[in-house]
Amino acid sequence: MAISPANMELNDFRKALAAAHPDALVNAGESDHWLEIVPGKWGQVAQTLRDDKAFRFDYLSCLSGYDEGVEGQLLVIYNLHSMELLQQLEIRVKVPREGGEVPTVTHIWRAADWHEREAYDMYGMTFSDHPDLRRMLLPEDWVGHPLLKDYETPEYYRGIQVEKDKRGWE
Amino acid sequence: MAFSLVNRFEQDNVIVEKIDNLINWARSNSPWFFQFGLACCGIEMMAAAAPRHDLERFGAMPRASPRQSDVMIVAGTVTLKMATRVKRLYEQMANPKYVISMGSCANSGGPYWQYGYHVLKGVDLVIPVDIYVPGCPPRPEALIQGINELQRKIREETPLRKVS
Repeated sequence: MAISPANMELNDFRKALAAAHPDALVNAGESDHWLEIVPGKWGQVAQTLRDDKAFRFDYLSCLSGYDEGVEGQLLVIYNLHSMELLQQLEIRVKVPREGGEVPTVTHIWRAADWHEREAYDMYGMTFSDHPDLRRMLLPEDWVGHPLLKDYETPEYYRGIQVEKDKRGWE
Repeated sequence: MAFSLVNRFEQDNVIVEKIDNLINWARSNSPWFFQFGLACCGIEMMAAAAPRHDLERFGAMPRASPRQSDVMIVAGTVTLKMATRVKRLYEQMANPKYVISMGSCANSGGPYWQYGYHVLKGVDLVIPVDIYVPGCPPRPEALIQGINELQRKIREETPLRKVS
């Protein structure tokens, strides 16, 4: 496994992916540092990104969730890194806020296992075929997904008041 | 109180002293603490137990199990997920038991009081607290002062009197 930088730019990645998976790229989301993939095709595209000789992205640096707002959609952002070819790529997958489903990439990059659990915990998008999709940071019986833009703190959790008791503050 | 005991030891074998004083002297001078370091205050608690600001010279030995400890030092942020466990561990301690709330987070929610949806705003919402040690984090000397205040509080107890 020799390390040799390939010096590919984002447009090279875009062309190579368009050639391998013709209708996976969302062209409406043109950007200069990330590629947007259709959610239904993301599983196959991820396999190509790891195995294909031009890409060889064998390291998932980070997986983040993002909420565009009440009138927008939910995003999952993947930061990929190739240790062989020393290149990096950012992929974004958009899903609707209610019932959004993203194919899991746990079987491709194991780091996605817990990162997807955290994204589900905070935003509420589900990952289909995830081996163990449950809440990670919050308690199992918590209601709601806190990092959504329209989230409201619950009043009580198991009988404990959540908000600070401000009686006596002027 | 303690000095009179020493004087009497030199002359006689019979010591006359209030049993309350003897029990309180024994209890206050060995507050074995349940090291409940949850966050940054845990580091300061460790520093207080380390050689420079020694806690063991007050008889305060760290114990890992609640069943073996007298005082529970809640050091750090208590999340709502942890709050149920804090209550369970407090109930596992044997009487007489005391609680020292160390740091802003355990006292009242700390810097997370306004927007922390997951933070318990003060550990006194789930367990009764005897001593509050303010600070973020409190210096080891402040925690030592807290333990000394707890010792003073213990010496004022009346363990023999019937509780009606």
